[in-house]
Amino acid sequence: MKKIALALTAVLGLAASGAQAQNYPTRPITMIVPFAAGGPTDVVARIVTDHMSRTLGQQIVIENVAGAGGTTGITRAAQSQPDGYTIMMGHMGTHGAAPALYPNLRYDPTKDFAPIGLAAGTPILIVARKDFPAKDLKGFLDHMKANGDKVNMAHAGVGSVSHSTGILFNSIIGAKPTMVAYRGTGPALNDLMANTVDYMTDQIVNVAPQIQGGNIKAYAIATPERSPALPDVPTTKEAGLGDYQVSAWNAVFAPKGTPPDVVAKLNDALVKALSDENTRKRLQDLGGVIPAPEERTPESLQKLVESEVARWTPVLQAAGAKAE
Amino acid sequence: MGDLFSNLSLGFGIALTFQNLGLAFLGCLVGTLIGVLPGVGPIATIAMLLPITFGLDPTGALIMLAGIYYGAQYGGSTTAILVNIPGEATSVVTALDGHQMARQGRAGVALGIAAIGSFFAGTVATVVIAALGAPLTRLALVFGPTEYFSLMVMGLVFAVVLARGSILKAVAMILVGILLSTVGTDLETGEERLTFGLPFLMDGIDFAVLAMGIFGIAEILRNLDHTETRDVVRQTIGRLLPNKDDFRQSYKPVLRGTFIGAALGILPGNGAVLGPFAAYTLEKKLAKDPRRFGQGAIEGVAGPESANNAGAQTSFIPLLTLGIPPNAVMALMVGAMTIHGIVPGPQVMTRNPDLFWGMIASMWVGNLMLLIINLPMIGMWVRLLKVPYHLLFPAILMFCCIGIYSINSLPTDVMFIGLFGLVGYMLIKFGFEPAPMLLGFVLGKLMEENLRRALIISRGSLETFIERPISAGLLVVALILLVLALLPSIRKGRDEVFTE
Repeated sequence: MKKIALALTAVLGLAASGAQAQNYPTRPITMIVPFAAGGPTDVVARIVTDHMSRTLGQQIVIENVAGAGGTTGITRAAQSQPDGYTIMMGHMGTHGAAPALYPNLRYDPTKDFAPIGLAAGTPILIVARKDFPAKDLKGFLDHMKANGDKVNMAHAGVGSVSHSTGILFNSIIGAKPTMVAYRGTGPALNDLMANTVDYMTDQIVNVAPQIQGGNIKAYAIATPERSPALPDVPTTKEAGLGDYQVSAWNAVFAPKGTPPDVVAKLNDALVKALSDENTRKRLQDLGGVIPAPEERTPESLQKLVESEVARWTPVLQAAGAKAE
Repeated sequence: MGDLFSNLSLGFGIALTFQNLGLAFLGCLVGTLIGVLPGVGPIATIAMLLPITFGLDPTGALIMLAGIYYGAQYGGSTTAILVNIPGEATSVVTALDGHQMARQGRAGVALGIAAIGSFFAGTVATVVIAALGAPLTRLALVFGPTEYFSLMVMGLVFAVVLARGSILKAVAMILVGILLSTVGTDLETGEERLTFGLPFLMDGIDFAVLAMGIFGIAEILRNLDHTETRDVVRQTIGRLLPNKDDFRQSYKPVLRGTFIGAALGILPGNGAVLGPFAAYTLEKKLAKDPRRFGQGAIEGVAGPESANNAGAQTSFIPLLTLGIPPNAVMALMVGAMTIHGIVPGPQVMTRNPDLFWGMIASMWVGNLMLLIINLPMIGMWVRLLKVPYHLLFPAILMFCCIGIYSINSLPTDVMFIGLFGLVGYMLIKFGFEPAPMLLGFVLGKLMEENLRRALIISRGSLETFIERPISAGLLVVALILLVLALLPSIRKGRDEVFTE
């Protein structure tokens, strides 16, 4: 009797979830973007969901819940119903650097999510004020060895992409510049252009226009290949610092416990969006790097998150950085 | 000069097409309607309405977004005047005398002069951007942390002058404001300050939350305290539009406000915030009878509103010529541009001249639209005041809650406006002015961060503030202002003792 009941529940359960997934989505989906509207992650989210909405037949509504380096929004999204109607755009900070920066973090990037897939990454560049003495990355490293204590590095605030990637860069080259914090990339770039600070690392979408306009100079791009937006900027490998490979990736997650078929549907919509010519072009115009087909699966995203947490934690802890 | 005209005619050719005119109108209208909701300032309005521009071509979309921006900005002033709830820092000053005018049955005049002053300021600012945008960009780069700190010191001196009553109370409120601005995660070290371990305080206190509570909710509490004064307001609605006398009194403040606002708007890091405060201070200092300020002086609306709009527009200069957003609203515009496939930067002017000049021309068109939309609506807004207060206040309260929730989707924000409302009510009862506190709050953060930045870069040497000429100049001006502000009050101090 017990066995029959069990079997029945199992069948019913399967049928129920099957029916749910077959119909999914029947109403609009909310995507929580843990940053302010208009930022790089928000822009990627809006471009990708624009196409995903068409595949799913339901609108994906963006809700910006900014705060605490993105962890406020991700905490809320992680605690929402795992029914596929609340998803989120996580990124390098919220699902990589956050455990080291926020000791009281109320989620575990490796355990509390159902990964959907990688959306797009933006490469990181090493940039300096235009009349900084060093001509190339090698000259820069030499300069840092000789005058490292006189150099000022700008970043966009503790917990920002430019802060984490900057600390990684400094730890690799063994530099200890004076760190100057700004509230966001805009003011930091402003002072870099005004020669008030010396160098910084940041996402291509933020710095490319100023490099093209000759207001600042770029030493290297931290990706395996050069960017079509900046063909003259060498990769870190070409410039002799292959160890510095970093990208501000953005990826779609659902809360833990989201049914596998719902995850599959969302992943399918994401993959279709990333294969769409127009969507690809819009992302690439921003300097975005679109993941290769094998990097678009939930499994590879889970691996990425695990490797990122393992990579950032020691680097940031050694630098004594925390956002609390 | 010939270039300027050919560029402007290119711009107007684009801005005056049927589609773009319609978009500018629609943007201004929707912006005004949403922006008029208490607590919903330009940032929240643009973020909310961003998706509706997705189907448009980039130029049309940006024209519409710019329209939404001006509309929301103007809508915020309407709320400040009618119900004393400033949606953002720049309309705090408008609330001071504007709401007093409304209480005296001159709401229509206040709204009218705000609209006309804004239009004039907008027209001048458009010409400034078109003619001088590129050279003025350099000004933004001259302002480093050192200069910024000195500018903020000067700004705080304005706060002292803002106060209606005792200087001591004003200074106390400024200090409270600065203290409140230090709540949250420290920018340089990442340490939490004054958060008591509460996660929702990690990012500090939102300006809109503080302003809405201290001004808006406290105002409601005070009105419920004595409803009879409110009835007086209802009986005397008065004229809907400013008359010759009003214009005579306000044309000079409009001119001065436009100049101050336009100059401060170009600065990076939200320098435009100072514009209305500076304009108000100047008008109060120049007035024959400064005591009228705070009691419904029309100059106290005309000057700051013009400064507000001029600054709102010239803050486009760093965005359009450098691609660097000077404040949160402009950062949102950058996002809007990138979504539409235009990466803002120094090349926009040469690479997308249609967009660049079209947008500049549409600024003027947008200002004209605002005037066309808002002058007829003044009658409607003023009639709102006729609604019995026991029906009006629950609606205001509800809109406040919805508005504040829509900004960050945080329930704690809604609770905080209640808390600040109680604090504001107590402050009114004890005769403390909330305006200097809000200015202290806005400037406190900028001041602290720039002070530390300047000292980090100078490796701890305070001389940097005197060595750099612009910084030294600003500090001298601040000192002179402070002496001027304190002298008469020391002299008058004795009289006040007797009058009180």
